[in-house]
Amino acid sequence: MTQMNMVKAINDALRVAMRQDSRVVVLGEDVGKVGGVFRVTEGLINEFGAERVFDTPLSEGGIIGTAVGMALYGLIPVPEIQFADFIFPAFDQIVSEVAKFRYRSGGEYTSKMVIRTPVGGGIRGGHYHSQSPEAYFIHTPGLKVVCPSNPYDAKGLLLASLRDPDPVLFFEPKRIYRAARADVPEGEDYTVPLSVAKVVRPGNQVTVIAWGAMLYEAIEASNKAAEAGIDCEVIDLRTIWPVDIDTIVNSVKKTGRVVVVHEAPKSCGFGAELVSLINEKAFDYLEAPPTRVTGWDTPFPYTLEMDYLPLAGRILPAIQSVAKY
Amino acid sequence: MSGPEFVLGDVVKVLEPDATVHPDNDPGLSPERCVALYEHMVMTRALDERLVTLQRQGRIGFHIGSMGEEATIIGTAAALDETDWLFPCYREFGALLLRGMPLQAYIDNMYGNANDPVKGRQMPDHYSGKPYRFGSVSSPIGTQITQAVGFAWAAKLRGEKLAAIVYFGEGATSSNEFHCGANFAGVYRTPTVLVCRNNGWAISVPAEKQSATDTFAQKAFAYGLHPIRVDGNDLLAVYKATREALALARAGTPVLLECLTYRLSGHSTSDDPTRYRGQDEMAAERLKDPLPRMRAFLEKKGLWSEAKQAALIAKVDADVKAAVEKAEHSAAPELDTMFDDVFAERPWHLREQYEESKRAPRAQGHGSH
Ligand SMILES: Cc1ncc(C[n+]2csc(CCOP(=O)(O)OP(=O)(O)O)c2C)c(N)n1
Repeated sequence: MTQMNMVKAINDALRVAMRQDSRVVVLGEDVGKVGGVFRVTEGLINEFGAERVFDTPLSEGGIIGTAVGMALYGLIPVPEIQFADFIFPAFDQIVSEVAKFRYRSGGEYTSKMVIRTPVGGGIRGGHYHSQSPEAYFIHTPGLKVVCPSNPYDAKGLLLASLRDPDPVLFFEPKRIYRAARADVPEGEDYTVPLSVAKVVRPGNQVTVIAWGAMLYEAIEASNKAAEAGIDCEVIDLRTIWPVDIDTIVNSVKKTGRVVVVHEAPKSCGFGAELVSLINEKAFDYLEAPPTRVTGWDTPFPYTLEMDYLPLAGRILPAIQSVAKY
Repeated sequence: MSGPEFVLGDVVKVLEPDATVHPDNDPGLSPERCVALYEHMVMTRALDERLVTLQRQGRIGFHIGSMGEEATIIGTAAALDETDWLFPCYREFGALLLRGMPLQAYIDNMYGNANDPVKGRQMPDHYSGKPYRFGSVSSPIGTQITQAVGFAWAAKLRGEKLAAIVYFGEGATSSNEFHCGANFAGVYRTPTVLVCRNNGWAISVPAEKQSATDTFAQKAFAYGLHPIRVDGNDLLAVYKATREALALARAGTPVLLECLTYRLSGHSTSDDPTRYRGQDEMAAERLKDPLPRMRAFLEKKGLWSEAKQAALIAKVDADVKAAVEKAEHSAAPELDTMFDDVFAERPWHLREQYEESKRAPRAQGHGSH
């Protein structure tokens, strides 16, 4: 086992996949020589050459549109969008094409690809280097959405995403890219299955659901809640969509109380869907109204970003009020 | 289709290698104006250097500058009439200051404090400048191009005699917005000058990899625009070419103006250019630095001296120091402001969220500076 951060772990997953399967190609802005602005693709061009790793022109529509064509041909493209905030010039290709190819061609075609992109705030990125746009894509039938919270899962989930038959949006929480190192088997092949959440802290009184960088805020708040005698169960979704509904429902059946945490704005955020699902599937078990702790319904701010994010300081009171409801 | 016949002319140059100007080529700027524009370039450069230092010291979060591109940015902006409008990319703070934004307001933007005209909402160098007929910086590449075309189109529809100039890097010519903007400009013959700052690099991607065409200017042909290429490190040439471009644009032929320049710094303070470009290239480009070129011209005319240079630098340093001092002692924006301007009026859900945010513990960290 090697200790590595999430950047290295994702890089290692790409290497493993590219060594095994010559169909896997990487394309995007600055992904070649410098290895991406976050260095996630560092060294790939040296190992796999300029025929498999492409510094593309500056056009997300071009990147995803040509990736669709490559996928139709039979390659497995792994396009990188430099920041999730810049995915929108490719929105049409993703929403109208990538998501619908299998369905609209009666299963003749698929546009299998894994779109990697850094998401989230807390890095002084302001409006356009901080957003978490998962809900737009979950709302589009045909796309899977993954967001790892640690290096080991990041590698295993990326390998699983590459082997999954459907297109996957792989959201990388940039605030924790280099935050923590963990044991990751370097150069080895393993997968972490999609649509399987992980209970990272077992507990009986309140279910706290999070993913990506906010998982650590949820854990911190839960630890503080424990000091006050509230026993939280923290679930890391890992795959946001299709969500692991069983793990959630089983937990809620046990606790009857739920707090959902996400960085994206509250209204129509994925938390809204989770709360609805819980109401539909576990209403009889609920002891308190499910609660959301999220980004505010404003654009992502710069100076006040830490007041915008749903950090532990905001999660703890939500846990307390749900617990005593 | 009929229209003017387009040929890709020579690169417009004015400053000769010996720092003189051929009389036939003279753009007709007064000596005072030449000095003032040079001083503005020096100020912009000094400010750039100071901001990089502040970022390295952790006092500001980010800076994206214009080192090497001052002649392109200031020469184009100087050629505008008072009534013309300017739509920035993100390196055009020199143009914004030239158009009259006070230094303090710009520095407050770098700090994202309560006095920042955009209320600390965006990253540093994401300023707006409506009072100066200057647009609003957005990070997503290319979005300003179509907007500038639409602005000029609207003015044309209303019979208002103004032109709009829009800045972008050569990387942005790959964006959807460049192609749409150029096409609409051509179709509606809007009074727009599309200024492509060809500074050689889009972060780590060299201009040669951005496009298979020999020049960026020739993309004009595809859209019925007029192409002009200019030595973007020659302030006088940029001024001259922009005047020409504006005249054409006002008369109904929008222009794609390619300014050949070079990004002497990293892409931004987040970038390490030594990872992708060589020292040789840098050394060769430094020789073409627009500032010494203009200075040599002024010195030859007896308009500039080492003493003037030293006095200017001292003044700029003092001005910047005072502005930084003030910005650092200004408060962060109030929590309340986070919920303003989402809509013209705050709807119920934002009123509720503001109340909730007041009850939440104030976060530690980036909020204070
Ligand atoms: C739509 C979009 N994609 C990617 C980025 C990230 N990005 C910021 S600047 C840049 C390169 C821009 O190069 P160029 O247009 O040549 O302008 P320059 O920075 O050289 O002035 C990239 C890729 C972005 N801001 N917007």
